[in-house]
Amino acid sequence: MSFFLETLIGGLMSGMLYSLVALGFVLIYKASGVFNFAQGAMVLFAALSMARFSEWIPQWLGMDNLFMANVLAFAVSVAVMFIVAWLIERLVLRHLVNQEGATLLMATLGIAYFLDGVGQTIFGSDIYKIDVGMPKEPVMMLENVFEGGILINKEDFVAAFISAMLVLALTIFFQKTATGRALRAVADDHQAAQSIGIPLNRIWVIVWCVAGITALVAGVIWGSKLGAQFSLSTVALRALPVVILGGLTSVPGAIIGGLIIGVGEKLSEVYLGPYVGGGIEIWFAYMLALMFLLFRPQGLFGEKIIDRV
Amino acid sequence: MKLRKLAVAASVAAIGLSALFTTPAAFAAEEQFFPVLAYRTGAYAPNGTPWANGFVDYMKLTNARGGVNGVKMIWEECETGYATDRGVECYERLKGKHGGATAVQPLSTGITFALTEKAPVDKIPVITAGYGRSESQDGSVFGWNFPLVGTYWMGADVLVQHLAKKEGGFDKLKGKKIALVYHDSPYGKEPIALLQERAKMHGFDLSLLPVAHPGVEQKATWLQIRQNKPDYVFLWGWGVMNSTSIKEAQATGYPREKMYGVWWSGAEPDVKDVGDGAKGYNALAMQHGAEPNAKVVKEILEKLHAKGQGTGPKEEVGQVLYMRGVISSMLQVEGVRAAQGRYGKGKRITGEQMRWGLENINLDQKTLDSLGFAGVMRPVQTSCLDHMGSAWARIHTWDGKKWNFTSDWYQGDEKVLRPLVISTAGRYAEEKKIKRRTADDCKK
Repeated sequence: MSFFLETLIGGLMSGMLYSLVALGFVLIYKASGVFNFAQGAMVLFAALSMARFSEWIPQWLGMDNLFMANVLAFAVSVAVMFIVAWLIERLVLRHLVNQEGATLLMATLGIAYFLDGVGQTIFGSDIYKIDVGMPKEPVMMLENVFEGGILINKEDFVAAFISAMLVLALTIFFQKTATGRALRAVADDHQAAQSIGIPLNRIWVIVWCVAGITALVAGVIWGSKLGAQFSLSTVALRALPVVILGGLTSVPGAIIGGLIIGVGEKLSEVYLGPYVGGGIEIWFAYMLALMFLLFRPQGLFGEKIIDRV
Repeated sequence: MKLRKLAVAASVAAIGLSALFTTPAAFAAEEQFFPVLAYRTGAYAPNGTPWANGFVDYMKLTNARGGVNGVKMIWEECETGYATDRGVECYERLKGKHGGATAVQPLSTGITFALTEKAPVDKIPVITAGYGRSESQDGSVFGWNFPLVGTYWMGADVLVQHLAKKEGGFDKLKGKKIALVYHDSPYGKEPIALLQERAKMHGFDLSLLPVAHPGVEQKATWLQIRQNKPDYVFLWGWGVMNSTSIKEAQATGYPREKMYGVWWSGAEPDVKDVGDGAKGYNALAMQHGAEPNAKVVKEILEKLHAKGQGTGPKEEVGQVLYMRGVISSMLQVEGVRAAQGRYGKGKRITGEQMRWGLENINLDQKTLDSLGFAGVMRPVQTSCLDHMGSAWARIHTWDGKKWNFTSDWYQGDEKVLRPLVISTAGRYAEEKKIKRRTADDCKK
């Protein structure tokens, strides 16, 4: 029983981290109707920026304070992500207003390759450390209830908590602020939103900035766990089944989807894996998402599309 | 518009003229061409880059030393990203350049598998120092593959020998549990056959835990390890998978002292990000470890890096993977030297002649010392039948700051390895309808 609980909790915590990346997809889709294939590349770019600036800033300023170095590096990385967002709007999206969804998708694919390449060119392609003081040693809980107790990874726990806070903030932003409502209006219909005076270009810059900050938080957390390196961009692939399952337009969907995928893949690997040779968690996540789609094509929380004919 | 046309015409003429004059001149100077299949970008770049830097630096050093009897090394790099399709594309693009490739080193077992059937057709030896197909040690079947200095079966064999020594004998391995955490690819699957053979011989329990590319998600794997509590964990990872494994071991409380990586899981990029969490982690050393004091390292620093001609950062020179690149490069240079001994000193050799050279490498300790490899590696002697040439390895351990050797030398046990090599190579020969090379074939 304790092992099952450990696997379950481990899955839930991984799921929260997937949700964090999935949120980036949802944010941009909600606000612009664009499926942003570059989200993984943005996570990598942000993580590399954080890692390298936290290394370079103390050298440039001759300081020896890790906390200050991290704060400054985070601030610089926020600025970097804002610049990236602005450039994407200016150089790519502005020219594609009212184009087909597939065109915009391909544009984000191009952005992904560009960010992957330019990120490694500017910041390097080694594994870089992000040390934000995340606890690395595990902790044992409920030792009196279960023999040997339940092992909890403190780092995952802190990461899941930060993810939950970010999700909460974003939900409030989307539901309760004027900008959030404007973002949703743009997502529904570009032309209609423009006709009632919503400035499309500014909205796109805002949403890419928010997605950039989400990517930065995800990059810092994943980078602290795995080191800032190229594989972070592949983390986005883990978030794809999450958005398929949760629905592309729903923030709560990204969270619930993340939790289901996280738990599903861990339980499948541990309990089914040994019977089929192991290494199944990645494709199992996609299979799980596809099975959900059979019953709810719009995802768990996605909006039903109704067209009049 | 006229000016633009004039500029284009002038450029075309200039390119044509330069090709006319420089290409024959290049051949006149006798150059030996090597494609460099490297990966400096992507998920495996942190490990691929130092290897490539060491590989290229040694060719530069060879040229700085005057070449091989005056023949200079030339090379062209192609980025494979550790992807088999891109690796094959690089090979196809480069194999015919500069008069033809002398040999190729794919630095990927997947690419090696793909090139194994192309090499005999193109007559280009495939050198896989410390990787590739283990059964390709049998030169009578795999005439063009050269897993010089180490195969995965040899590495796995040494690991089992080390555990037996630690436990007080092979009989003490009975009932022990060993988990193999491996990259779910041809590379990661290579040691399984040998480990299963050894498990049958000594009665230890072997569990296999594959990790999907690139290896960043291993929580379920390490939860299984926590549940099964193996006595030892063997790690057959590459790139970020290695550091992730060590971090997950830390997160699940598995002792790093009981972890043993293959030589591709035992370098600085695998542990430096983990810091103290990797303290006590062990790995195979494919003869060499980090060698900052080796003579060849000092020579590279002096003749290349001090003059701004080094490839990559100075701090990396002498690190584990950099040294692997240096040794891989040195072995091919010595293959050229051996071939020149037969086909003419100071002459450019062909791929076919290079094969003869690689089958007749005889690096005794004196030669290794003179090349600057004293203390770095042991003698290597290849033959037509034995394409590995040396089966020595040792263990090194990370102390939180650097790798230190923590065992004596071990030699792969031929009594275990040879039958497995012969039978597996035999099956391959049967399947591909390859006729084993005879003693006469070897003389050609």
